[in-house]
Amino acid sequence: MATNQSEAWISVEDIKANFTEAHPALKQKDAVDEANRCLYCYDAPCITACPTDIDIPAFIKKIASGNMKGSAVTIMDANPSGASCARVCPTEELCEGACVLNHASTPIMIGDLQRYATDWAIKNEQVLFKKGEDTKQHIAIVGSGPAGLSAARELARFGHRVTIYEASAEAGGLNTYGIVSFRLPKEIPAWEVKQVKDLGVEIKTNTIVGKDISAAELTEQYHAVIIAAGMGKVPTLGIDGEELEGVRDAIEFVKMTKSGKWEENLSGKKVAVIGAGNTAVDAATCSVRLGAENVKMVYRRTEKEMTAYAFEYEFAKQDGIEFKWLSAPAKIEGNSSGEVTGLLVNKMKLEAAGEDGRQKVKAIEGATETLDVDLVIKAIGQERLNPLIEAFEVTHSDGVIQIDETTYATSKTGVYAIGDIIFGKGQGEAMVVSAAQQGKKAAWAIHSELTENAVHSA
Amino acid sequence: MANLETSLAGIRSPNPFWLASAPPTNSGYQVQRAFEAGWGGAVWKTLGDPILNVSSRFAATSFNGQAVAGFNNIELITDRPLEVNLREIEETKIKYPNHAIIASLMVEPNQEKWHEIVKMVEAVGVDGLELNFGCPHGMAERGMGAASGQVPELVKQQTAWVKEVAQTPVIVKLTPNITDITFTAKAAVEGGADAVSMINTINSLAGVDLDSWNTVPNVAGKGAHGGYCGPAVKPIALNMVAECARRPDINVPISGMGGVSSWKEAAEFMLMGASNVQVCTAAMHHGFRIVEDMIDGLNNYLDEKQIGSVAELVGKTVPKYSDWGELDLNYRVVAQIDTETCINCNKCHIACEDTSHQCIDMLKDEQGNDFLQVREDDCVGCNLCSIVCPVDGAIEMVEAPRKTGEEPMTWNERQSLVSMMGVK
Ligand SMILES: Cc1cc2nc3c(=O)[nH]c(=O)nc-3n(C[C@H](O)[C@H](O)[C@H](O)COP(=O)(O)OP(=O)(O)OC[C@H]3O[C@@H](n4cnc5c(N)ncnc54)[C@H](O)[C@@H]3O)c2cc1C
Ligand SMILES: Cc1cc2nc3c(=O)[nH]c(=O)nc-3n(C[C@H](O)[C@H](O)[C@H](O)COP(=O)(O)O)c2cc1C
Ligand code: SF4
Repeated sequence: MATNQSEAWISVEDIKANFTEAHPALKQKDAVDEANRCLYCYDAPCITACPTDIDIPAFIKKIASGNMKGSAVTIMDANPSGASCARVCPTEELCEGACVLNHASTPIMIGDLQRYATDWAIKNEQVLFKKGEDTKQHIAIVGSGPAGLSAARELARFGHRVTIYEASAEAGGLNTYGIVSFRLPKEIPAWEVKQVKDLGVEIKTNTIVGKDISAAELTEQYHAVIIAAGMGKVPTLGIDGEELEGVRDAIEFVKMTKSGKWEENLSGKKVAVIGAGNTAVDAATCSVRLGAENVKMVYRRTEKEMTAYAFEYEFAKQDGIEFKWLSAPAKIEGNSSGEVTGLLVNKMKLEAAGEDGRQKVKAIEGATETLDVDLVIKAIGQERLNPLIEAFEVTHSDGVIQIDETTYATSKTGVYAIGDIIFGKGQGEAMVVSAAQQGKKAAWAIHSELTENAVHSA
Repeated sequence: MANLETSLAGIRSPNPFWLASAPPTNSGYQVQRAFEAGWGGAVWKTLGDPILNVSSRFAATSFNGQAVAGFNNIELITDRPLEVNLREIEETKIKYPNHAIIASLMVEPNQEKWHEIVKMVEAVGVDGLELNFGCPHGMAERGMGAASGQVPELVKQQTAWVKEVAQTPVIVKLTPNITDITFTAKAAVEGGADAVSMINTINSLAGVDLDSWNTVPNVAGKGAHGGYCGPAVKPIALNMVAECARRPDINVPISGMGGVSSWKEAAEFMLMGASNVQVCTAAMHHGFRIVEDMIDGLNNYLDEKQIGSVAELVGKTVPKYSDWGELDLNYRVVAQIDTETCINCNKCHIACEDTSHQCIDMLKDEQGNDFLQVREDDCVGCNLCSIVCPVDGAIEMVEAPRKTGEEPMTWNERQSLVSMMGVK
């Protein structure tokens, strides 16, 4: 990667190079050797560890036998975001973490093999699935992220008509806009979107539910509605100086890097990212790649409590990010022209663990420090979409829609919810792979509901 | 979706994948599980007079980390009572009417014995018979299996005895433990066989334990030769199938086996003249579920080649298989090294230098970087360098222009020219 720790300027060419996929694809020989190393376990633990239950030994065996189309079908059948997941899943916590070879040698590179097989399908423009025979049942989906797309794909295969309403200009949700392009290039979710569209699913982009069409219109016009709208923007910090020019929302910031326009050049800039989750890491690594001179992640707790995946943390360290632990932002300082000039942080100390087992932190009286920065990126989580949820009149708890864990049905008949919008309060998991699985399960539940009704009314 | 249905001498099955007569087809429970998994047919573990088996039966050769490259066994035919097998065959056939069940049979070379067992198995509804003239160990010491399968007259005679009473198609399973398999295949045809299958296992000893000096496997300190199968035997089996397929007087369908581990080998066997394939070792290594990729992979292959039915593959490569004397002596391929892809391990150089024709030079370019280059004029096109090369695409064997004035000419053509000219 080209960084400009010493020089003060980074060219657009360098930025472009910095944002191309970082992890190299397996070469054919590596892929086949690795596929042959797979033991092809029976009742394999990797399958259980995959939230979408991909038959991993089967798809790997198919790579070994040269049945590449079969391999891609096995993956994508179980996981409509299988190509994205090959790149963004925390595999060491999922499939690869469960590989029995962890005990005997090194685990099979399942993610990389999954990418190898799906890359093949993308490159060879394969059509993997067919739509089912028309049932004339029509389902609306709010949001075209991995959750909504997965549900749409399954419903279309059953023969149901599906319309997705998507607020953004492009479909794909955070796969398209939120996960940095050097981990997930936009072409990958774009292919997954196309796979879904090819089954006849209509995606109405630039259409906001609650503004361009109301929740009530959807529930009236469709046989079922799935809310898959994810989460909102980064919440406010509630400190002085937040309105300054150089204060940014991490998700918006990443989205800008995925537009491919590169209007932002951070040459010579000093950046503070507030937070220590995956989004914070992504915002920080993006900053480095945009040429920032220095990037710090500022977190009120310690390394131990940070929520970013281990591989993300490792990635951040490799990109030369600095970490400011036990530092709570107190004030963003600016000059008269509204530019950020510094971030005032309060030093914290650890105290005895609270009831949740998590060590408490407390401000050390009078211990402050001003970090010399020109840009502050907030990455302290995402807001909940309460107005939308309330418009659908479904039960929720602080913006987390309550659902039935097998059918994903909400409190309101005919309305289902999946993905990040149901994540939180001990429910769900904010991952692409779990969003995909929930989409499948909601689709299956709706299908059986609709066909049962059809049988009854027949 | 291509049509995978096959017919071997009138025995129909939903796909060309049959389980070979061996432990996977030992019982009704297993065969039913296999059909559930997708296998198109099963040749029941060989039936005959009751035998006794020994404990410690199998051994495998692993080669450079590849487990079960070859598989060796000293197991005999079924050790379960005939009545039990017959009952389970009947029950399985009723449950799976569209799958093929073949009874593998082996009895002493005696007309009455053959008549008796054929009638018994046909009475429970098998779709065909496979005469096991191939088991190389144990049974052979008693004059059965390979012992009779190595004598063409015995093959012909016993096949004829079976044909006297058989109502269903008769497949004769041949032993590879013979110099030229076409002799026994021909004998089977003369005896009236409706099809031949090959190969049974090849005489083998898997290994010797270097601490105990026992054979592998050993039974109470003693060993005996076994039968070899699995991926390692595929080239031997494929040639035997091909040799039979190209003989006009062996004009019966062939069921091919020996090292079929995936759809790829199946396609190879079928191109080489087999109407279907049988599998034992691969199923023993991974379970019945491997058939899923065999079916799926074959299907995708046929779709990609725009072939509507698997039957269209059968024998397509046979006309391309001939005798050495029919090969063009003036055809040339030479090795070409792609220096971009080459990783400079120099394995091709040393292979050629020490064991072939000394035509790969180790050179340096102007910047002092190493590179390898073939002297094409000296290259005989043996392929050794491309075989030892560890990198895909670094060495390619390419067709070289014929030497000036040289037209295609085979050895046979050359010899007839020479004799016409009366020169020695
Ligand atoms: C920066 C970042 C990095 C991440 N990295 C990873 C990772 O490495 N691995 C991983 O597994 N997960 C990662 N995640 C989490 C993952 O992206 C989400 O869990 C996943 O995308 C959730 O899918 P979803 O379909 O529920 O929501 P989203 O992907 O958020 O999609 C929701 C869609 O709904 C649309 N929408 C919202 N409101 C409306 C409305 N009113 N009308 C119409 N459309 C609407 C939105 O525009 C959006 O397209 C990351 C998240 C972020 C923010
Ligand atoms: C353990 C074992 C037992 C076998 N028993 C029989 C048998 O009873 N009858 C028979 O015809 N062949 C028998 N065979 C041979 C197989 O049917 C088959 O011909 C051979 O294994 C080649 O196929 P493969 O390479 O797929 O294993 C046996 C093979 C093995 C490994
Ligand atoms: S597989 Fe193992 S457990 Fe089963 S019979 Fe053979 S030796 Fe015994």
